[in-house]
Amino acid sequence: MHSRRNFIKISSLGIGATAIAGGTIKWAVGASSKKLSGGLKSAPILKQVSTYCEVCFWKCAGWAHVTTEGQIQKITGNADDPQCNGRLCPRGTGGVGMFSDPDRLKTPLIRVTKNGEQTYREASWDEALDFIAKKMKEIAEKDGPESMALFNHGSSGKYFTQLLNAYGSNNVTAPSFAQCRGPRDTGFELTFGESVSSPEVTDIRDTRCLVLIGSHIGENMHNGQVQEMSEAIDKGATIITVDPRLSTAASKSKYWLPIKPSTDLALLLSWIHVLIYDEIYNKEYVAKYAEGFNELKEHVRSFTPEWAYGITTIKPEVIRNTAREMANAAPATIIHPGRHTSWYGDDVQRSRAIAILNALLGSWGNRGGIFFKEGIKVPDFPHPAYPKPSWSWQDTLNGRYPLAKESITNTIIEASIPAEGNTHPIKGWIVSGTNLIVSIPLKEQLMKAMQSLELLVVVDTMPMEITGYADVVLPECTYLERYDDLRATPHREPTLVLRMPAVEPMYETKPAWWIAKQIGERLGLGAYFNFTDFKEVIDWQLKQLGLSLEEMERIGVKKYARKTPVYIEPGSDHTFKTASGKIQLFSKELEEAGFDPMPKFTPHAQPEEGFYRLIYGRAPMHTFSRTANNRNLVALMPENAVWVNPQVAELWGLKKDQYVWLKNQDGVVSNFSVKVRVTERIRWDSVYIVHGFGHHHKPLTYAFGRGVNDTELITDVAIDPIMGGTGMRGNFVTFLKDEPKKEAKS
Amino acid sequence: MRYAMAIDTRKCVGCSDCVVACQTENNVPVGFCRDWVVEVVDGTYPNVSIELRTERCNHCDNSPCVRCCPTGASHFEDGGIVLVDHDKCIGCGACIQACPYDARYSHPDGYVDKCTFCIHRVREGKNPACVSVCPTSCMNFGDLDDPNSKIVNVLKNRKFKSLAPEAGTKPQIFYLI
Repeated sequence: MHSRRNFIKISSLGIGATAIAGGTIKWAVGASSKKLSGGLKSAPILKQVSTYCEVCFWKCAGWAHVTTEGQIQKITGNADDPQCNGRLCPRGTGGVGMFSDPDRLKTPLIRVTKNGEQTYREASWDEALDFIAKKMKEIAEKDGPESMALFNHGSSGKYFTQLLNAYGSNNVTAPSFAQCRGPRDTGFELTFGESVSSPEVTDIRDTRCLVLIGSHIGENMHNGQVQEMSEAIDKGATIITVDPRLSTAASKSKYWLPIKPSTDLALLLSWIHVLIYDEIYNKEYVAKYAEGFNELKEHVRSFTPEWAYGITTIKPEVIRNTAREMANAAPATIIHPGRHTSWYGDDVQRSRAIAILNALLGSWGNRGGIFFKEGIKVPDFPHPAYPKPSWSWQDTLNGRYPLAKESITNTIIEASIPAEGNTHPIKGWIVSGTNLIVSIPLKEQLMKAMQSLELLVVVDTMPMEITGYADVVLPECTYLERYDDLRATPHREPTLVLRMPAVEPMYETKPAWWIAKQIGERLGLGAYFNFTDFKEVIDWQLKQLGLSLEEMERIGVKKYARKTPVYIEPGSDHTFKTASGKIQLFSKELEEAGFDPMPKFTPHAQPEEGFYRLIYGRAPMHTFSRTANNRNLVALMPENAVWVNPQVAELWGLKKDQYVWLKNQDGVVSNFSVKVRVTERIRWDSVYIVHGFGHHHKPLTYAFGRGVNDTELITDVAIDPIMGGTGMRGNFVTFLKDEPKKEAKS
Repeated sequence: MRYAMAIDTRKCVGCSDCVVACQTENNVPVGFCRDWVVEVVDGTYPNVSIELRTERCNHCDNSPCVRCCPTGASHFEDGGIVLVDHDKCIGCGACIQACPYDARYSHPDGYVDKCTFCIHRVREGKNPACVSVCPTSCMNFGDLDDPNSKIVNVLKNRKFKSLAPEAGTKPQIFYLI
């Protein structure tokens, strides 16, 4: 097969089925003038430099401790930051491993064809940036600037968003919506008029009853939530966890409901039934703030705990008891909205049921429930108005997903494949900080799209799988080596946080703001980047806020007193941000769009004999697929394991620590083998693996070939018709004890 | 003065932040650790429980490591902290064999290494690195001789256990259960 964009593996492997082109170049070895010194030993600390963490999206404020030899010895939390209270999580503490990773991208790379084979060669920044600008100009002239799209995650996305907006496109997208929190945000917006934000506005610290549905706080280290859950345990809060696996949170719960996977909505509906028909919901709150109660009451009449028992395997008395616990603690009860909620394709409706439960308990706006956020508005650095694009991501929806408030990665990917009727074609991508190969399901579509592109630029700190598909790879410096936007995310206490470089960028790496500005200038868009150093932007912004850079460098975190109430004040009238100002128990918006105005239970496919539902999740020491190569973290968990119930293990003759391959319902076999963990912590109809392993890109020298990548086994994707979320929990796997023969691919 | 730790197993989520913080604080070489996390699973599905706990040197009152050390490298500091003097240590490993908690390892530089309760931080009035970083605040470090300390308070009010009490080492790490 001849393709214009072969995956370049840098060196030949002999393992795996995706190998196409060989081609050996050294991964930027020797390209660096700066080297890490071998030992960090005992050089005294010279200074503490303010930063906020970039390992996950929580963005905890911290201090990088820099030695007299210019090494970062450690990173600690900033005690003034209410999001971390001076305590970073393991990934944040080990964040220095992102900086010191020997496998980092070191120079720009350009795809070339040499002796008929595709490979990369090292390039200068000028050469790489000129190449990108030339291609972007061609695309703008031929197809219009709207044909460039950005996929982004993290702090760097902002600068490339600015670049695309200035260039004339708002086709900016991120997996964080359709692959993650989109269903939750949509469900809550439909009900309360706004989402629970990020970091979530759940008042776990003061809650008396915390209900987790598939959300595994403690294994997902969303720092503030983990800290507050611990505080809630101290204060004797009741925790109720719904999970087919005994998660860490489940093990700390008064009630663990080991539900049959995919039946959560039935349980939620029966809880709503009990609250209403036992008359233990918050009557005053519902009468004052909610609309559609009578319709809801009629709707859930038949959803009794006995009905739910047959579906969920949770006993009726447990459903009643837990509902009473919630009601007793209300309004200091949180039915946690979760975060990664794209599971089964009816996820907005499940999130709606969660939102409705919170409404019936009066949680929103009350202590121990869901609080009102407040933040500091940082003024925009002056720039000319952006041109108005002639079309945007909404046009790639083609009438589908009417309630998508954010762009959907998959429709942008679809629009990148030339086809009849594709009237809004995408021709070029910039990918910043997201490894699409691991994060996006529907791989065939993704591969087809990448083969069709005229330009694919990847900006990253590490040689992630996605870099192998790029025309140009740009090496970004890590968060410890750059200025970035002030952190001003709204939460319980308004704060500003400064990130500044602890050390100079290593190798030939550059900050994303510099890269975007350089491309912008080459496109004649310099006016949108009217600064020489991003420090000037921060300095200007701080001055507008009556602060100085010097002060922020000293304190790192600036806390402000709130100007608005945290909760609904007694005797006051709260107006929700819905069209009518009331909570929507019955959603007219959904009804008008042709969907169920109130959530219904739909049965989902169950595993065939010999297959087990693939459940995936997180481990506290890893984030996405980006930490599997971090030497400060890998010893804690070098690879993932497949959790298997002992009964299942006996049936298959599987032993502890034995390696097996996984094969899914569509015959897809995992690239690598995975270790078996025989444990009572998992149901017999499911297996569990931690996401983010099974890297198949050899330049990730540590992570390569360790464990299994869950997303390669997720080939059956249930798309939520309401907002385009990609449900990924409807896949089933079986075990292969011997190495499968791979089909030869050319 | 008697330094000790009381670790709340009801709060620990096993995230291993204590391990990473110790490694960066004390320059522990990659592949080694002075503290670690243990998960104990009990029961059969769905009647299962787990205990998560962070372990390290127990700074025992009756320390087999100090008794067996031929050079006096392993010794007691103020507050009962057991330390290894790297200059005196010949790396014979007798202490590694003697420790019932497997808390010691051979450092690649030729001596035996283990948890110091971060004595360099404690002397500055700070908590050990593992305690200071823990997101769940499940670890209490303090002086058992100070009746007003938090550690004395939690040990008075909570059930607790220690590890391998049958070894008779009088360990000073307590687990709240």
